[in-house]
Amino acid sequence: MKKKSVAVVGAAETTQMGKIPNVSQIALHADAALNALKDAGLKISDIDGVATAGDSPVEVAHYLGITPTWVDGTSVGGCSFMLHVRHAAAAINEGLCKTVLITHAESGRSRVGARRFSRDPASQMGQFEVPFGVTSPPTMFTIPVLRYMKEVGVTEEDLAMVAVIQREWAAKNPRASYRDPITVEDVLKSDMIAWPFRKLMCCLVTDGGGALILTSAERARDFPQKPAYILGTGESCETPMVSQMEDFTTSKAFRVSGKKAFDEAGIRHADVDHLMIYDAFAHLPLYGLEDLGFCERGEAASFIRGRNTAPGGKLPLNTNGGGLSYMHSGMYGMYALQESVRQMRGIAPAQVPGAKISIAHGVGGMFAASGTIVFSNEAP
Amino acid sequence: MADYARPLPQPTPETRHFWEGCNAGELRLQRCTACAHTYFPPRPFCPVCSSRDVEVFKASGKATLYSYVINHRPRPDFGEAPHSIAVVTLEEGPRMMTNIVDCPQTPEALQLDMALEVTFEKAGPEISLPKFKPVKG
Repeated sequence: MKKKSVAVVGAAETTQMGKIPNVSQIALHADAALNALKDAGLKISDIDGVATAGDSPVEVAHYLGITPTWVDGTSVGGCSFMLHVRHAAAAINEGLCKTVLITHAESGRSRVGARRFSRDPASQMGQFEVPFGVTSPPTMFTIPVLRYMKEVGVTEEDLAMVAVIQREWAAKNPRASYRDPITVEDVLKSDMIAWPFRKLMCCLVTDGGGALILTSAERARDFPQKPAYILGTGESCETPMVSQMEDFTTSKAFRVSGKKAFDEAGIRHADVDHLMIYDAFAHLPLYGLEDLGFCERGEAASFIRGRNTAPGGKLPLNTNGGGLSYMHSGMYGMYALQESVRQMRGIAPAQVPGAKISIAHGVGGMFAASGTIVFSNEAP
Repeated sequence: MADYARPLPQPTPETRHFWEGCNAGELRLQRCTACAHTYFPPRPFCPVCSSRDVEVFKASGKATLYSYVINHRPRPDFGEAPHSIAVVTLEEGPRMMTNIVDCPQTPEALQLDMALEVTFEKAGPEISLPKFKPVKG
């Protein structure tokens, strides 16, 4: 990818975030797209590639008035946008299109024009998981963690600390949903959702969206914003059923996707200035830090406890506040990418001084899929 | 857990043997006759070596507790009381989603790696669900 590089030249979130009962889901897609076009200084007729997840890219393209020559509807959960970035880079390099728009929008909280979520009772999940009460992320994503805690010695306090430190980042972000400081005790006293998970260990449910515009690095210099170059990308998947993960203490999809992205970027862990790990629940950053190779197995909790990922630490993590405190409309991967782009532009509310390399790592489904993007603000 | 106004599995041709087994009080798994791999959920070929030469057999019904949560959110289909949602490792190797029954739904009563055995709960005219309970003594 280095010879024929691709960059993000437009990036924006929806005008409003949080609770938006007066805007439907498809209009949120459009709002994010129009904001990203404005950011890039482009017209809708400049877009010839469209990707989205959950909703159909056909719906998004038609609603916005785009006739694309490249369409990607890869929908593997909240990391789908990382996969879109990866696929778009390949498509642009192959000449299938020149300028790609990737959108996410979900009326996750207000449910205005939101698709209904249901599982076929004849599907594998419908037969072998749903009948036992596994229907939503709080009773699905959470199931592996007791095994992880027992095997590596992680405690409820360690899980709580993930939420506490992310709230410190959120406090610096005027757009974050929750900004008041919390303590480990506050987290452990919050409502029980699915033991051992308390409410403050679970992500928000909000309305919102975001959009990215990508083009070749060659053209990227002509755009008004500082380009966020794509150095490396990875993707993988493991199983649609959390019960069928090979090992409950590590995600195979994370490991494969992460290694691919690191190898392609040709970087070492010490080169990474800023990191986003999709945190639908408090254990995700622990798995991510270990499966991406930033920490040895079982050491992520003490790494976080030691404030390495906190403001002032050596590896700033989830600097927008994360899904736990910033925003989570259903497919958070888009917001992780947005924060990486802001950090590469040097305009994040909690800017990491001098950051040159940022990684956005996403999860899809319940450890089902994964996507990883390595960004740099220096042309490769 | 007697009220089964909840989503029930709809067997397909490839899984019917499993659900018929549950109705007959048997936990049925599949084994590859080419590479001897035992697997679950059901499918008409081996997920390791792709051989279509597979057989159905009756499993021991013995398992250990691999991981779980205790759901505290009231649900119209599962009632108000906190209940376990668990993954067990079967003696034969595969893992499956289930509920742990016949014991308090508390962290103290539900210890990882505890010995379990299968029990079948009638959930509809044609469906019994495989649940697991602690092995007594």
